[in-house]
Amino acid sequence: MNALLVADSVSKKFGNFTALNGVSIAVPKGSIFGLLGPNGAGKTTLIRIINQITMPDTGSVLLDGQPLEQHHISDIGYMPEERGLYKSMKVGEQVLYLAQLKGLSKENANKRAKYWFEKLDIGAWWNKKIQELSKGQAQKIQFVVTVMHNPKLLIFDEPFSGFDPINANLIKDEILQLRDEGATIIFSTHRMESVEEMCDHIALIHKSNKVLDGEITTIKREYKNNTFEVGVEMEEAAFAKARTHLSQKFNISPAHFKSLSTDLKLKIEIGDKAQPNDLFAELRQFGQINHFVEVIPSVNDIFIQTVNKNV
Amino acid sequence: MSVLPLIIRREYIARVRNKSFLIMTFLSPLILVGMIMLITYLTQLNSDTERTIVIVDESGLFDTEFFNTEQTTYLNMSAQGLEAGKSIAANEGYYGLIHIPANRDLIVNGVTFYGDETPSFTLIGDVEKRLEKKLTDKNLIDQGVDLNLIESSKTEIELTIENFSGEKSSKMSNWIKAAFGGAAGYLLMMFIIIYGNMVMRSVIEEKTNRIIEVIISSVKPFQLMMGKILGTTLAGITQFAIWVVLGAVLLTAVSAIFGIDATGNPAGNMSPEAQEIANNPDKLVQIIDEVRNLPLTQLVIGFFVYFIGGYFLYSSIYAAIGAAVDNETDTQQFMLPIIMPLMLAIYVGFFAVIDNPHGTVATIFSIIPLTSPIVMLMRIPFDVPLWQLILSVSLLVGSFIFTVWFGSKIYRVGILMYGKKPTYKELFKWLKY
Repeated sequence: MNALLVADSVSKKFGNFTALNGVSIAVPKGSIFGLLGPNGAGKTTLIRIINQITMPDTGSVLLDGQPLEQHHISDIGYMPEERGLYKSMKVGEQVLYLAQLKGLSKENANKRAKYWFEKLDIGAWWNKKIQELSKGQAQKIQFVVTVMHNPKLLIFDEPFSGFDPINANLIKDEILQLRDEGATIIFSTHRMESVEEMCDHIALIHKSNKVLDGEITTIKREYKNNTFEVGVEMEEAAFAKARTHLSQKFNISPAHFKSLSTDLKLKIEIGDKAQPNDLFAELRQFGQINHFVEVIPSVNDIFIQTVNKNV
Repeated sequence: MSVLPLIIRREYIARVRNKSFLIMTFLSPLILVGMIMLITYLTQLNSDTERTIVIVDESGLFDTEFFNTEQTTYLNMSAQGLEAGKSIAANEGYYGLIHIPANRDLIVNGVTFYGDETPSFTLIGDVEKRLEKKLTDKNLIDQGVDLNLIESSKTEIELTIENFSGEKSSKMSNWIKAAFGGAAGYLLMMFIIIYGNMVMRSVIEEKTNRIIEVIISSVKPFQLMMGKILGTTLAGITQFAIWVVLGAVLLTAVSAIFGIDATGNPAGNMSPEAQEIANNPDKLVQIIDEVRNLPLTQLVIGFFVYFIGGYFLYSSIYAAIGAAVDNETDTQQFMLPIIMPLMLAIYVGFFAVIDNPHGTVATIFSIIPLTSPIVMLMRIPFDVPLWQLILSVSLLVGSFIFTVWFGSKIYRVGILMYGKKPTYKELFKWLKY
């Protein structure tokens, strides 16, 4: 795996409080990496260390194989959860200033700003002050500020909070496009839908420790327990008999989904030995199979399960 | 490319573009002049009330002593007697009644002022002086002394003050030196407080705006803090420079109006003083001459050096305070350590320095870094020995390097801390993070 960013057993203490305890992650180049964890788990501390805002007590962080240094700042774009811009500064001046702080020359900053303002169709805001914009509009400016200097690594802390669905979609498309153009993206979030939809790797941090990481498909494969959700069409009177029969061979529990006919709806765990086809054959005896789906654990389930396991 | 100039530029523009900066720069000299005029006017108004005082002089010695002035009318009711006089004064609402007993030996302790209100110090002093003079004269005459002889033998001495290299100065010049030193010291204190507060407020603003996290993912906290302090210093210097230019223009204008050759190098904002005495051209000529004789260059350079030094010293503390809190109301508890030395410096300056510019207290406080900017500035017009200047400036530089280091430590941790109202103990812990 070709990793853009590697954090190697990073620890950080604030006084007596351990914020990170030997956390290691590897973010593959060109991936969208979900950094998950409950509030206060240590996500922000890790992100601040990657941004060189704070220094780790022990451990190291490598970007593109090199230990982090001051000049790497221009390779990283960071959008913090708590968005912030100078309220009484004009949008244009502000964007140029922040881009120059990231190391862009003035001409270059101007060019890049023009590009993004055109792309997001926000050119009219150039001479407005941030305090004259709505929250969602300010968020867009924040996004532009984050990506302006074309960084290799983009870190978004709760990227979609504050956006309405239309703009959230717009930003999502922009992020995916940036990824396609070669950027690597870290999402720090606890909104699982977006993780499910966009991330290909995740790491779960809980109480200062990393408790889980890897490719989402691999993790899901590990967490799936050969359960199927089925709907078999039959007379309601026959439900009880079918349940008794199936429960002798498998673990069953009731399932809930919409159907148009009178179906017996069940979740059936077939265990390690049986094959899906065995279940299929069993079910055929009882009637028409309208519904047969493997239950894949959602990231949400994995998150809750893992966090509870580690209490 | 270094980001420091970028930050300085932004901070400078943010300060200078601010409306309150423009108002302060151009309006505050006018407000100052206006205030002085208002106070002068009000003081006059205060003593302008007319009053009537009844005199009951049983001794008959002071007939001619109490003549009417613009403010006070004296009514001689010696004929009516004390009791009648008292009831008249009370009924008519007169200011008071002065009773002088008949027996001359009793006068020394026996003169009484009757009135509803306690009379003002000036009135008491005035009455006492008149009585003393008259009685002394009477005594002298009784002893057979010729009063004319005494009058003609009175002399007045005025010392000429000259230093060993032959430069002359006068009492007037001492007064002007004290005024200039005092004004410069006071101005410096105001500058430190006003501009220190600006730094603090801007740190708090960045913190509450949460832009701080965006910025320090690009620059080091130390760079941001220094950029902020330097940018604000430049704004302060701009303001002071504008005042110097305005003052120079005003001084030249006043000189031109009163026909004085103003080819010298006038500076400082002395417009209020100039206006106050504009109705006395002779005195004005003398004062302008004295002002031009002041070590003005030294004073202006001193102001810049001590402003920058003192300002760095204090503003890094201001920045640290701004970083430690979430909002401005929480800053109160940390303000005392800043205000105390500044106030001390001002008091030492106004009492010790003006009394004796080269006394032990004045010298020591002009070398201790926390008070030296103000106290030394007040001493500069009185020619400070070079070694003291050098010692004071080097100590100041040394300690501002220390406070900048100390401030940046707290700043670095504080800007990322939210929601907690820190104590001194916690701030101390932050130094070790």
